[in-house]
Amino acid sequence: MAESSNRVIVTVVGQDRTGIIAGTSRVLAEAGVNIVDISQTLLEEFFVMIMLADMARATVSLDELKTRLAAKGTELGMRIDVQHEDVFKFMHRI
Amino acid sequence: MRSFRFDPEEILETIKMVQMENLDIRTITMGISLRDCAHPSLAAAARKAYDKICRSAQSLVAVGDTLQREYGIPIINRRISVTPIALVAESSDADNYVLMAEQLDRAAAEVGVNFIGGFSALVHKGMTPGDARLIDSIPRALATTERVCASVNVATTKAGINMDAVARMGGIIRECAELTRARDGLACAKLVVFCNAVEDNPFMAGAFHGVGEPDCVINVGVSGPGAVLSAVQRAPEADFGELASIIKRTAFKITRMGELIGRRASQRLGVPFGIVDLSLAPTPAQGDSVARILESMGLERVGAHGSTAALALLNDAVKKGGAMASSHVGGLSGAFIPVSEDIGMIEAAAAQALSFDKLEAMTCVCSVGLDMIAIPGDTPAATLAAIIADEAAIGMINRKTTAVRVIPVPGKGVGEWVEFGGLLGRSPVIAVNTHDCSAFVRRGGRIPAPLQALNN
Repeated sequence: MAESSNRVIVTVVGQDRTGIIAGTSRVLAEAGVNIVDISQTLLEEFFVMIMLADMARATVSLDELKTRLAAKGTELGMRIDVQHEDVFKFMHRI
Repeated sequence: MRSFRFDPEEILETIKMVQMENLDIRTITMGISLRDCAHPSLAAAARKAYDKICRSAQSLVAVGDTLQREYGIPIINRRISVTPIALVAESSDADNYVLMAEQLDRAAAEVGVNFIGGFSALVHKGMTPGDARLIDSIPRALATTERVCASVNVATTKAGINMDAVARMGGIIRECAELTRARDGLACAKLVVFCNAVEDNPFMAGAFHGVGEPDCVINVGVSGPGAVLSAVQRAPEADFGELASIIKRTAFKITRMGELIGRRASQRLGVPFGIVDLSLAPTPAQGDSVARILESMGLERVGAHGSTAALALLNDAVKKGGAMASSHVGGLSGAFIPVSEDIGMIEAAAAQALSFDKLEAMTCVCSVGLDMIAIPGDTPAATLAAIIADEAAIGMINRKTTAVRVIPVPGKGVGEWVEFGGLLGRSPVIAVNTHDCSAFVRRGGRIPAPLQALNN
């Protein structure tokens, strides 16, 4: 299977508070990353936000985006991860 | 959420497996053929080997690091396996091959891998002069290098057991221990004696690049005892049929990660993708133990009666789940039961719940064999050889890979502790049967290959 998609999954995990979506979205917008979809849920006592984002027009590398989001996560007291969509495709789709 | 191709539950499951349950890719191993490095001068052969390894594997570590970041899946080790060195070195006039081991060690350090496997010989039916020189070089090669791993295949189901080689390996293990006395016999942790060795195993210390392999290949070893453990723990009331299904589903998901990383590593390195080895490989870390999975099935301690049955179920379910997840499954593929590398095994050994004999029984149904077991330093060479013979017999008759990696710890006796450090872990010294078997081992010759029919 070729590497085709530029889509990544952004996950934000931690205690719920104001400004999570705004903070994360701003980092993505500044990096030219388009948010395709957002979902929120609770995992045990933790708040979890999942974003599907497209990096086709991104102005930064995935590495740089990870660094920026991790920094934003520290600022918000949340853990923010970015992973290529294929991880989930491989694990959950045959 | 229609544009999401995934359920949030699925995404969370993956995140949880990685962040909380130690799911990782245990190793990306590049297999490199050194058959084109043979030379009448060992120094020249070793130089060619060094150059080829550095050239082939120059991007291995960097690509591993990039994949780890992009996919958010930890990739713990990058390693190299090479053609059994006996085949490469025997056209030289050298009387020992330590120089080759030193160059392999240098090459491994240069490209940044922590282990390089393949200081090996395949002698299941007989030994060439080159095989003999390689085997005799093993103790010094392992004592003077950091990263080189050695293995010797002494038996197969098709050829029987080469008891001359078995006897010789008993002495070699003792020498390895003696030469690294100051480090608790550490060289023995880098030496595996096999029956039915596989050519595409990515795991150390037994990895080598078989003669049927291409010039260069990428093999991937996955792990994930923690993910299987929490799946089993979530189903305390499940009967064995359900339990097997739960393990299969988890093994499938774990193996898919190996398949993904293997394919991507292969694309980016421009090297063919060989296999995914779908093993459950424990580490001494909490939550990364195969023993704990067996205990979570309802055993007070691994080693209790029932442990062999529990391991049989686990091993088979891992294979069934993993087989569907990868286009090419290979290597050792199954659950490993090293003692010093698994916190549950260490504790069971310390509590005297786990004996050497029970470990041997468990190797009948696990993926490899007697692995990382510290035994008394005064264990004679003949007893070590007989241990190898027993284990090889299990592999030969059951048509499976078995192996022996035991450490007779110099100066230590039963119950004393040994620390190998890092992934090699720690362990109490376990008792072996001390009755004499030297006359048995001295007979020499070969134990004939078994019948492949009339199975009972």
